[in-house]
Amino acid sequence: MSLLELDRVGKSFGPNTAVEEFSLAVTKGEFISFLGPSGCGKTTTLQMIAGFLDPSHGTIRLEGKDLVAMPPAKRGLGIVFQSYALFPHMTAAENVAFGLEMRKVPRDERDERVRKALALVGLAGYEGRHPRRMSGGQQQRVALARALVIRPSVLLLDEPLSNLDARLREDMQIELRQIQRNLGTTTILVTHDQIEAMSLSDRIVVMSKGKIEQIGTPQQVYEQPASAFVAQFLGKTNEFAAEVERTAGLARLVAGSWSAPAPAGATGTVTISVRPERISFGSSGLAGRITSRIFQGNHWLFQCDTECGPAIVIRQNDGQPQPDQGETVHLIWQDSDMSLRASVAA
Amino acid sequence: MSTTVSANPSDARTGLTLALPALMLFTGVVVIPLAMTVLLSFHDWGQYKGIEPVFILKNWIEIVSDPYYAEMFWRTFRVAVLATLITAVFGVPEAYILNRMQGPWKGLFLLIIIGPLLISVVARTLGWALLFGGNNGLVNKLLMTSGLIASPLRFMFTETGMVIALAHAMMPFMVLAVWTALQRLDPQVENAALSLGAGSFTVIRRIVLPQIMPGVLSGAIIVFSLSASAFATPAIIGGRRLKVAATLAYDEFLNTLNWPLGAAVAVLLLIALVLIVVGSNALIERRYQEMFR
Repeated sequence: MSLLELDRVGKSFGPNTAVEEFSLAVTKGEFISFLGPSGCGKTTTLQMIAGFLDPSHGTIRLEGKDLVAMPPAKRGLGIVFQSYALFPHMTAAENVAFGLEMRKVPRDERDERVRKALALVGLAGYEGRHPRRMSGGQQQRVALARALVIRPSVLLLDEPLSNLDARLREDMQIELRQIQRNLGTTTILVTHDQIEAMSLSDRIVVMSKGKIEQIGTPQQVYEQPASAFVAQFLGKTNEFAAEVERTAGLARLVAGSWSAPAPAGATGTVTISVRPERISFGSSGLAGRITSRIFQGNHWLFQCDTECGPAIVIRQNDGQPQPDQGETVHLIWQDSDMSLRASVAA
Repeated sequence: MSTTVSANPSDARTGLTLALPALMLFTGVVVIPLAMTVLLSFHDWGQYKGIEPVFILKNWIEIVSDPYYAEMFWRTFRVAVLATLITAVFGVPEAYILNRMQGPWKGLFLLIIIGPLLISVVARTLGWALLFGGNNGLVNKLLMTSGLIASPLRFMFTETGMVIALAHAMMPFMVLAVWTALQRLDPQVENAALSLGAGSFTVIRRIVLPQIMPGVLSGAIIVFSLSASAFATPAIIGGRRLKVAATLAYDEFLNTLNWPLGAAVAVLLLIALVLIVVGSNALIERRYQEMFR
């Protein structure tokens, strides 16, 4: 049975709808990310789970109990805020101990658990420091320890890494994942960073304009995007318009001088979507000219002008000779590397 | 004749020249009168001989030894402390509620709160005199019809009335100081405490209050020093009978014409206030040094 269930949850602020028909079942121990651009409703959803906002529609259940009627203090969730929201007048240890104090945990046990929680996030020895005397990364760790020490049924992370610099963010991602795996805490992360969502999560909920676009494993949402939005939001993608042509009973999918057997059921005008790293150069295929060639260390980035519009191609720097700028090339890809969508245009 | 001078002396001279107007104004309107008042407090005075420019300690000895003056100074500080406590007790929740208000209401209520600052102290205090006004005053009528008191209370010419009127006059300073502190608060901090299992009362007591305490204390310092040196409100509500340090100095200067004694009272009030304000400020800064980093 799932630990946390959201059933057709919606939230509107006056005439504006922030979240619509949000349904999700989270199993115990899972790491879920809500991914989307700012204003897509991901933080609103998190705040409804946390209890800081009441949903306008739908139900939220935790271990079968209705959460909506429960005040935030009774929900027993651990939350890490974007601003960390540490208590500046308390030391690191007092910050971490606060939740245990509220739960009336006896002093000895409390001290022990605070010490362990700070050691877990790598801050042993920082017990007496005040938050203002700590770096952003250290404050982040205190916030994480404070949320984990109460042994929450679900850990909610609201863009916790967005205030850290790039290098520290990568370190924290790895650490966060390790801590989460070791403790087995069910976790929901809100982020607008697709790399972060992909590297941390078991499943990703991609959101746009208050609606769920797709729920799936990082590989699923990357390789089989359910919509143009998902394809574009998770990494770069190429899109070509193609026609399904039926001659002599055999349906073929045609885009410029490229063609392949059409998959069953495809008719009319469709859009082909292919990731840049799945395209290679061949002797026949979609014809084009290389307009720029950029060397990026472990790979080359090509921009091409093709019969079906601009395209980007990424090739591994594997020591093979690569085409030059201005050269005429043919783009080819495996059938399994593309996804098809019926074109919206009439 | 050389016109080139080395950079440093010329810079120093430019700085001095630029600071000169402000310096002259400050010397002219603050330092000189203050020094003259201090000097005046050591002069002699007699009913028939007037002020004699000599150096004696007569006035100071009189203030220190005569319990009449001690009573007045104690009253001054008692009234100021009570007014400060009342502004804190009412002002802190007021600021907290104001900070949580939204849209047009916030602006409206802010205007109501700083309203007293926009009205002349004399007009405002006379308003209180009308409300208090003897046994048939509005306040007494209200309290008696609501059954809170059986017989009318005396407000005019009492310390109670003085404290109430002062607290009202000083309220904006407290509310604004606390409000500024509240605005520096991370709005998520309260949510963080809630999520950790704290009730809303605990959140205010353990999380919000400690963080805005420096604001409350600096508001208290302003209210205390303004109340202790207030003149118009104690003069109207307290009348000529119930004097505080400021009205006492005024009466010595303008009624008795004993300027040296009045000067000694004024200087003593100034010294006491400076010591109290500087002392409590130092205490606050030491206590909250971790938070001001």
